[in-house]
Amino acid sequence: MTNILTVRDLHIQARHKHGTTEIVKGIDLDLKPGEVLGLVGESGAGKSTLGLAAMGYTRDGCRISSGSIRFRDQELVGASASTLRHLHGNSIAYVAQSAAASFNPSHRLIDQFTEAPLEHGVRSRKQAEADAIQLYREMQLPNPEEIGFRYPYQVSGGQLQRAMTAMAMSCKPDLIIFDEPTTALDVTTQIEVLAAIRKVVKEHNTAAIYITHDLAVVSQMADRIMVLRDGHMVETAPTEEMLANPKEDYTKSLWAVRTLHRETRPRPEKTPLLAIDKVTAHYGEFKALDSISFDILPQRTVAVVGESGSGKSTLAKVITGLLPHSPGGEIRWQGEALPPRLQDRDKTILRDVQMIYQMPDTALNPRHRVRDVVGRPLTFYLGLHGAEKEERLRSLMEQIELDPDIYLNRRITELSGGQKQRIGIARALAAEPRFIICDEVTSALDQLVAEGILKLLLKLQEKYGLTYMFITHDLATVEAIADDVVVMQHGKIVEQGTRDEVFSPPHPDYSARLLASVPEMDPHWLDRVLAEQKIDLLENN
Amino acid sequence: MSGIQKLVLRRIGLGIVTLFIVSLLIFIGVELLPSDLAQEILGQAATPETVAAFRRELGLDQPAVIRYLEWVAGVFQGDFGVSLANRRDVAELVAPRLKNTMFLAGYAAAIAVPVAVTLGILAALFRNSIFDRLANVFALSSISLPEFFVAYVLILLFAVNIPLFPSLARIDDATPFIEALYRTFLPALTLILVVIAHMMRMTRAAIINVLAEPYIEMARLKGVPRYKVILRHALPNALPPIINVVAINLAYLIVGVVVVEVVFVYPGLGQLLVDAVAKRDFPVVQAVGLFFAATYISLNILADVLSILSNPRLRAKA
Repeated sequence: MTNILTVRDLHIQARHKHGTTEIVKGIDLDLKPGEVLGLVGESGAGKSTLGLAAMGYTRDGCRISSGSIRFRDQELVGASASTLRHLHGNSIAYVAQSAAASFNPSHRLIDQFTEAPLEHGVRSRKQAEADAIQLYREMQLPNPEEIGFRYPYQVSGGQLQRAMTAMAMSCKPDLIIFDEPTTALDVTTQIEVLAAIRKVVKEHNTAAIYITHDLAVVSQMADRIMVLRDGHMVETAPTEEMLANPKEDYTKSLWAVRTLHRETRPRPEKTPLLAIDKVTAHYGEFKALDSISFDILPQRTVAVVGESGSGKSTLAKVITGLLPHSPGGEIRWQGEALPPRLQDRDKTILRDVQMIYQMPDTALNPRHRVRDVVGRPLTFYLGLHGAEKEERLRSLMEQIELDPDIYLNRRITELSGGQKQRIGIARALAAEPRFIICDEVTSALDQLVAEGILKLLLKLQEKYGLTYMFITHDLATVEAIADDVVVMQHGKIVEQGTRDEVFSPPHPDYSARLLASVPEMDPHWLDRVLAEQKIDLLENN
Repeated sequence: MSGIQKLVLRRIGLGIVTLFIVSLLIFIGVELLPSDLAQEILGQAATPETVAAFRRELGLDQPAVIRYLEWVAGVFQGDFGVSLANRRDVAELVAPRLKNTMFLAGYAAAIAVPVAVTLGILAALFRNSIFDRLANVFALSSISLPEFFVAYVLILLFAVNIPLFPSLARIDDATPFIEALYRTFLPALTLILVVIAHMMRMTRAAIINVLAEPYIEMARLKGVPRYKVILRHALPNALPPIINVVAINLAYLIVGVVVVEVVFVYPGLGQLLVDAVAKRDFPVVQAVGLFFAATYISLNILADVLSILSNPRLRAKA
């Protein structure tokens, strides 16, 4: 069978102020009609650039420096803008990572659906609208006749992602590029989107390139997997073979990441460090937390798990006092009630409770140097200056495994994502706290980097007897670090207990669904879950 | 009542409150002007008794609070008082000038707004091209030159060297519309040159800003031609800043044209205001000041409401 897409020795350069860097370094790729190829790699591996290049498109600042991309018999490298425009949307379509950002907020979904077919002249408006409703139905969207007439903000994230896949199918293309289509979604939503995408791609016999950093996801979707690193291909093989028998060391290390597992520690009979007792909180009229009660025991890690909107981050705000809880409940620190408002708390409490944030890019001032960021709490809480402060700074840098001679004087912008998160940890540690709230600290990081951060946090906990509250939506992270688990939904606690209790049956409905939705590295996992649970996609919406 | 009506009513209510505060500020400002009218009119030779009698006649002997309240009460009934300088009704004095000012502002706006927005869109479409650079240089130089300079250069070029247009923009009620357009062409052109740059640059910046959004890349990858990407996908989302800058410039066309009116001897409100201040004719100053404030406030309300209407989400919430 002839290839639908053939890439040979492709090189792509990115321009920056000091010249150019090659970000795709000589990649070959073959795709047969109807085949789904998974492109896997960490951020910076060049997978999105390669995916877009398969459409003959590069982002601003990038250019294809050499090589060939053939779509059927058409060479795309050096093809005219109008040639490419006739292919885009018509024969090759694109599904972006964030559907919320990739739908135009000013137009209704169906108008955005019909745009490509009308532009390419392959359908009349009436036919295109009928196609839209048909595809919305195939994508198992609720009210397929009506949903297209809504604006993007009126539709949930998971539904938008399905509407975007439907839009990509609007001209019945031969090839679709999926660029991390489920990365921004919660696990229980992700499963529905994955199932719908797979069904449609299979039924229409569309070839696809599926880009992701999540191996478990790609193993559900792809016939074949290609692993990329730093713009090079590491290896490629059919999915089953790749999972069972990865050949390269790098691939093996990627495969091994999800196996970090904390030893079970018996729950000690101690007074809780922090007791949350019937705490309720509101944003205006909206009740974000509804009578939450649980204890955090000293030197243990409590994972707070839930989907976006479940109230986990609100809980962190209430504990730190940024959002005062409503009257009625109480937060006790070592048995003593804490004032709800941050302004009313004394400095020792502020010092004892520190936070590490999800996005180190926004939580650290990009204009400051590492020395300023980590040094400020040393002066503020501990009153350190001069040589004493310098000594503490150096020892903190050693704690977070960054060489003080190299990194202390760097600016925040000169660090990688993982290094920034380590600086966030050092800043929290500098106060010599007893309790640290970690708000999704690894979700913006690649898996290998995230694993390093988790290991560091565990080591620090051992050494300083720290207590953690770990907010996360990722159950693999829970497995890796938690002693106790609190499962939240809609501002309420659904289930709580030790990790082993929560992870073993019987489960309340929601926990069961959450646990079952975590993708596994087994190509048949999605089929199995769909069959076992008979997840009724329409009912879940 | 729909949400949008409620919103408009609320904004108008707030506008009236603002107008009240402004009326107070205008009144205090006028009070602070040195010297008084009675002395001014009667001259140095007048005896204190005559001055006092004249002040009583004008009502200037009343405490400021009373005079403020009387003025505001009058305004509410549509009575702006009587000119102290020539005893004519203020409303009668202001009305024809107001008409002229609105005519010139409307004339300039009708040309400037479409031209500026179109140039801005073209500059964004051909970003960093020769056209974009020329448009920028033109816009920046016209905004950097003082209005009176632009006005005199235009007079020199189009009234003196090549006598196409009159240098004096005298019109009255009897002037036919086409004739009025012809006579006021040079002042209108001066205003157009002054306001176009601001609107064009904001349109360009707002569109370029939106062009970085993922939905623009998505539209391009659907095979939508570049000009349609800008008109259909970028422009609707760039509207709020454009609407706001247009509103500010429209307000400027109405209230900020004193210099241009003076250069072209155009009988507009600006001239009237300058004359009234010189003559210490408080009722006229106050009435014109109040009108200028009302213009700013209502154009801002209009811009706010239009910005909200341009966003489907806010439109539904409103």
